[in-house]
Amino acid sequence: MSFSPLSRRGFLKGTAAVAGATALPHLAHAASGGPLTVGFIYVGPKDDFGYNQAHAEGAAAVKAIEGVTVVEEENVAETIDVQKSMESMIAFDEAKLLFPTSFGYFNPHVLEVAPKHPDVRFQHAAGLWTDGMPTNVGSYFGYIGMGQYLNGITAGHATATKKIGFVAAKPIPQVLLNINSFLLGARQVDPDITCQVIFTGEWSLAVKEAEATNALADAGCDVITCHVDGPKVVMETAAGRDCFVCGYHADQSALAPEKYLTGAEWNWAGVYTGMVQTVLDGGTIDNFVRGGLADGFIKMSPLGPAVSDAARAQFEATKAEIMAGGFTAIEGPLKDNTGSVIAADGEGFAEDDIALESMDYLVDGVIGSTS
Amino acid sequence: MDTDLGLWVIPLAILGGAIRVSTPFLFVSLGEALTERSGRINLGLEGTLVFGAMSGYALAYLTGSPWLGVLAAALCGALFGLLHGVICSLPRVNDIAVGIAMMILGLGLAFYFGKPFVQPVAPDLPAISFGGWSDMPQIRAALEVNVLFLIGAVLAVGLWWLLRATRIGLIIRVVGDSTDAARAMGLRPAMIRTCTTAVGGAFAGVGGAYLSLYYPGSWNEGISSGQGLMAVALVIFARWNPLACFGAALLFGGAGALGPTLQSVGISEGYYLFFAAPYVLTLGVLIATSSPTRAMTGAPAELSITK
Repeated sequence: MSFSPLSRRGFLKGTAAVAGATALPHLAHAASGGPLTVGFIYVGPKDDFGYNQAHAEGAAAVKAIEGVTVVEEENVAETIDVQKSMESMIAFDEAKLLFPTSFGYFNPHVLEVAPKHPDVRFQHAAGLWTDGMPTNVGSYFGYIGMGQYLNGITAGHATATKKIGFVAAKPIPQVLLNINSFLLGARQVDPDITCQVIFTGEWSLAVKEAEATNALADAGCDVITCHVDGPKVVMETAAGRDCFVCGYHADQSALAPEKYLTGAEWNWAGVYTGMVQTVLDGGTIDNFVRGGLADGFIKMSPLGPAVSDAARAQFEATKAEIMAGGFTAIEGPLKDNTGSVIAADGEGFAEDDIALESMDYLVDGVIGSTS
Repeated sequence: MDTDLGLWVIPLAILGGAIRVSTPFLFVSLGEALTERSGRINLGLEGTLVFGAMSGYALAYLTGSPWLGVLAAALCGALFGLLHGVICSLPRVNDIAVGIAMMILGLGLAFYFGKPFVQPVAPDLPAISFGGWSDMPQIRAALEVNVLFLIGAVLAVGLWWLLRATRIGLIIRVVGDSTDAARAMGLRPAMIRTCTTAVGGAFAGVGGAYLSLYYPGSWNEGISSGQGLMAVALVIFARWNPLACFGAALLFGGAGALGPTLQSVGISEGYYLFFAAPYVLTLGVLIATSSPTRAMTGAPAELSITK
């Protein structure tokens, strides 16, 4: 007799084996899973020397907590993809706490998925939670502009040409605040300093970031910082052009040890472990969380070898002022670079002023335009 | 010394940008021009470029020699090309569909194997300074010319001569223009096309190594921003002529430098439009050189898009 290529018995045996094999890891997973599974989603690679690495370092700290399982996914686009990632973390990994960490995940993606899963908590970085949004959604962020202000102080001391440069991704409020803070910090050293900004238009475009850095160096800028997702290219290119650099997001001193002045870094490890602990203890995280240097949300890289004693003294003094809380960098009299008044004499916006989160101007002394 | 060049910065930056940014475009488009002249399209070069960037960076880091990295990138590129060529030699296989599959395969493999190499710093390829005569740091920086750019320029001339004046060039052109004629001459079109695709892949791999080993000079998953795809379009723009590929790559690199530079001299309104300059330029030239009365000049007749 002849055998058919796929007998009924063979088929059943095969499918049973496949089903058994796929069930095994699930069993193992269920056995080792702790009482809480936490999901982290990143928009880029989690070792990018930048935004995603800062969050991944926070996730690594969460991993160390007893009884917590961490699931991570990187390179998730700010599209329907992130909704699928969140749904799968909820359905397959039984995650009860999610950290979708990129700005563009918030609206509409987090806001659409959250109402379907009222027992899951969504903690979104940089979003602006307002009343009326789902209550199982929270947004948190830090006053990293103050870090750029401190960067600016070291830059103000280091610049010989009185021109400093900024490679920026997109003209959104957080980026504009960083640019303005960087210049205002430098102007504490010398009010004649100007800051040239170049927008690349995207969060991660290696060649364009390198071109922008070269254009800044050509224009005479001798201290350069940036706000892009992965500052590696900017740091290496700027140091290659003999410019000083100030870091952003994470510590990049390893990329340009001689030229690195300092850097504004996120400190998510403390923030994330605190939030996870709150959930483990049965508490609720506030829907709207903000914090600065004093709250341990941000930190500064150790000062580099090129920082002078005078710069070090002013840096430490200003840092102490910021640590006291309520520091005001955007202080009147202040105009924007088109001549409109931002703050009259005696007015100002403290670091925790919510008005700063809708910033749409570049201050006087910044060469560049928001559109 | 006054280092403020004012508006002279713009032409200088375009020159510098053309030299810095054009090399990946140049290598990929030369490789694709060779492949297409033999009558086949390899759309997978974006994947080859990224895999070349990864493998080049990885080997340069592991061995400490950037040139070994370039060699590795060329070998990997040749393997990708070979695979594409062999698959397309099977009957009733569409080269465009295979190319798209190869592109996704190349990207996926590069991301998978490249993970441990995002953080380490690999040695860079050397550059030759042609700006030593000037005191201006801007001019010195613009005239830092990478060796691969010079090799690419020589290759463009060499390839042009090869296709125009040698027996090998004639064979490639015959295969590209008429499979039947090639068969009548006793040639084996499938094998010749496979070879040109492999060589084209090797070129694309070297282009990728330039990205990760010189400019911008680091490996990460977002290194390419589509240079491999644009270079395939450049070949059509350059009418399958290697010398024109060189010009097109320079034009594209220079136009790409326009956006950042205009912002740096204070012309900052509407920078999104300046960033689109290379693409607008391409469209403009294509429209200007098109003709309503005749088909595309220089197009190999066996190409699946012109048949």
